[in-house]
Amino acid sequence: MEHIISVLVENKFGVLSRVAGLFSGRGFNIESLSVAPSLDPSMSMMTIVTRGDDRIIEQIVKHLNKLIDVIKVVDLNESEFVERETALIKIHTKPEDRAEALRIADIFRANVIDSTPTTYTIEVAGDTKKIEGIINLLQPLGIKELVRTGRVAIAREPVRPVAAQPKRVAKE
Amino acid sequence: MKLTGAEIFVECLKREGVKTLFALPGGVVLKIFDVLHQQKDIDVILTRHEQGAGHMAEGYAKATGKPGVALVTSGPGMSNIVTALVDASMDSVPLVCFSGQVSTSLIGNDAFQEADNMGLSRPCTKYNFLVKDVNDLAVTIKEAFYVATTGRPGPVLVDIPKDVSMNKTDFTYPGSVSIRGYNPTYDGNKWQIKQAAEAIAKARKPILYVGGGVVFSGASEELIELAEMMNIPVDMTLMALGAFPGEHPLSMGMMGMHGTYWANMAVHYSDLVIAVGARFDDRVTGKVSEFCPHAKVIHIDIDPTSIRKNVNVDIPIVGDCKRVLRELNQILRATVNGEQKELRKPWLDQIHVWQRAHPLTYEQDSNGPIKPQHVIKRLYELTKDRDPIVSTDVGQHQMWAAQYFKLTKPRRWLTSGGLGTMGFGFPAAMGAQAAFPGRLVLCVAGDGSVQMNTQELATAVVNKLPVKVVIINNRFHGMVRQWQDLFYEGRYASSYLDVVPDFVKLAEAYGAVGLRAAKVSEIDDVIQEALAVDRPVFVDVPVDQYENCYPMIPAGGCNHEMILADPPELKKKQAVGTPVVGEDKDTVLTA
Repeated sequence: MEHIISVLVENKFGVLSRVAGLFSGRGFNIESLSVAPSLDPSMSMMTIVTRGDDRIIEQIVKHLNKLIDVIKVVDLNESEFVERETALIKIHTKPEDRAEALRIADIFRANVIDSTPTTYTIEVAGDTKKIEGIINLLQPLGIKELVRTGRVAIAREPVRPVAAQPKRVAKE
Repeated sequence: MKLTGAEIFVECLKREGVKTLFALPGGVVLKIFDVLHQQKDIDVILTRHEQGAGHMAEGYAKATGKPGVALVTSGPGMSNIVTALVDASMDSVPLVCFSGQVSTSLIGNDAFQEADNMGLSRPCTKYNFLVKDVNDLAVTIKEAFYVATTGRPGPVLVDIPKDVSMNKTDFTYPGSVSIRGYNPTYDGNKWQIKQAAEAIAKARKPILYVGGGVVFSGASEELIELAEMMNIPVDMTLMALGAFPGEHPLSMGMMGMHGTYWANMAVHYSDLVIAVGARFDDRVTGKVSEFCPHAKVIHIDIDPTSIRKNVNVDIPIVGDCKRVLRELNQILRATVNGEQKELRKPWLDQIHVWQRAHPLTYEQDSNGPIKPQHVIKRLYELTKDRDPIVSTDVGQHQMWAAQYFKLTKPRRWLTSGGLGTMGFGFPAAMGAQAAFPGRLVLCVAGDGSVQMNTQELATAVVNKLPVKVVIINNRFHGMVRQWQDLFYEGRYASSYLDVVPDFVKLAEAYGAVGLRAAKVSEIDDVIQEALAVDRPVFVDVPVDQYENCYPMIPAGGCNHEMILADPPELKKKQAVGTPVVGEDKDTVLTA
């Protein structure tokens, strides 16, 4: 089963290779990995998308925790979470296809962020299905280059029912 | 006053209480060696190969419980010590290894004797550091010792570029350090411990399966108390030998691939396996899916990743073995009554039946070739009163030593378990001897293994490390030959050693003592002679070349399905003498 694991690490050289080395050394697989500094610049947040049965995921989480540069590990699948990915897609357009390209971008609420007489560069954000959807539609037009960020995810805040407030409070 | 990086390095080592440094110099660490040369507190043992330095540091650490410390140069110095780092990593040996590095301005330029030390050591250390600024040196060294010795111990590498050892700064040594991503768990979960106590009190056929963790955490006393109080037999892994007294009636000896018949039967048929500081290695479990099929499993280990790695666990307890066992004993002591002893009597009776059915045996004909087991048994009998430290190399002789050498106390047994590093034994013995100059340190070696580090004879002689190396010489890589006998129809591919040096002359060439026991009747005298000299000794014992080590669980086999003796067809084949083996005197190198 696919899991998204959020890993808070020290923001210093060599940490990425320790995490990547752990996965390759123990035969765990990484489907995607994204990393950038966290709110506290001395730490970075990694989002790792991986796959495995419960036993493997348990080992992955434990081994990540064991790394000395890892500060906190959260398996997001243990609760609800939201995920997003951004893709930059450069398409090569024939003059007759340019309107169609814009229409597709519009449907997916994607933005054109660069344009030349023969190309468009489209930026799209969303979940995996959405990214794959737009890629499928743009492919017949001729995708020249494609860059995906890999997924980032964040846990959803549990929604607490609003406690009934007494209508009137009398204070002395 | 400002100190150079090299001076800070030496000062830090002194503050950490380092007495012995196993080292080999080179260009980028000369500044450090220069400072070491001008002080008296740290004894520098110059080894002849960096791998030797690494294993010596391991032997030192295993025997003392204190971190072993090594210093090597950049490039080949570093790559040569990698084997020892991997070994220490597998066997949880606290090691602090310092490597030299080219100057920071040259890193990445493919400079002379440059290697990516951080990249080389990352997968084989618990943690590693590159010191880029002399101002970070002292705190890094403090952190290195802290990480190596706390939690599950392991090797740590500190890479020191040349300019860092030359630059100057003010020296202050931190009293303590803390690392926010590193907080080992020492105290076990109380509720889980209570669950474990209840399971132990109820079990009819419990077995303690103890590993090296018991040795590292110094939990032998607690282990003995638990076993005696609850009348539980104790299976030891290779790494645990000595953690529980070998001659104790509850000791089942070693378990696993070459463990005793009864130790393996007991774990297979038990209803409760209490694993303490062990990691369910494949050499212990055999076929994982059929390991202790009838048992509930309690697993006590300081490393959470060891738990449920190979085997499903019913009651996991993450914590230090000593603390967890102490707490467990406390609960059990309050509830224990005579019932448990009665409850387990049939179980112990059953184990005794297994013990009588298939004891460890060999047949020594007084005129025939020397049986390797006999040599080890005699060595044990002749030295057991002197509480020796015993190291081994890797192979058949290692397994025989594990079977026949019954150790009474922990930290007497130095062996390469996880990695199985041939060449480990001799330098490891020297490391232990350096720590305990007055003690008797023995090394049981094979002719194949010992040749992987014989250059350290020079180190032993120069530093007056009078280790006694007994070479079980069958002119084969014996364990390889055994597998070829059993699983490759006796085709001895590259396992026969056409040329084996004359170990007596080899020892003498280095200024050590060389002895040989060629007949059964000579064994005792030769061992006594070796024990009597206060110098390093190689004792060469040519043994029966085709002796195989049993019991044996074939790789991937079940623990209750052991091979107990040579299969009949094998006996016949050997008697015919198919393999071409020359007479000793024809192929021994002579000077």
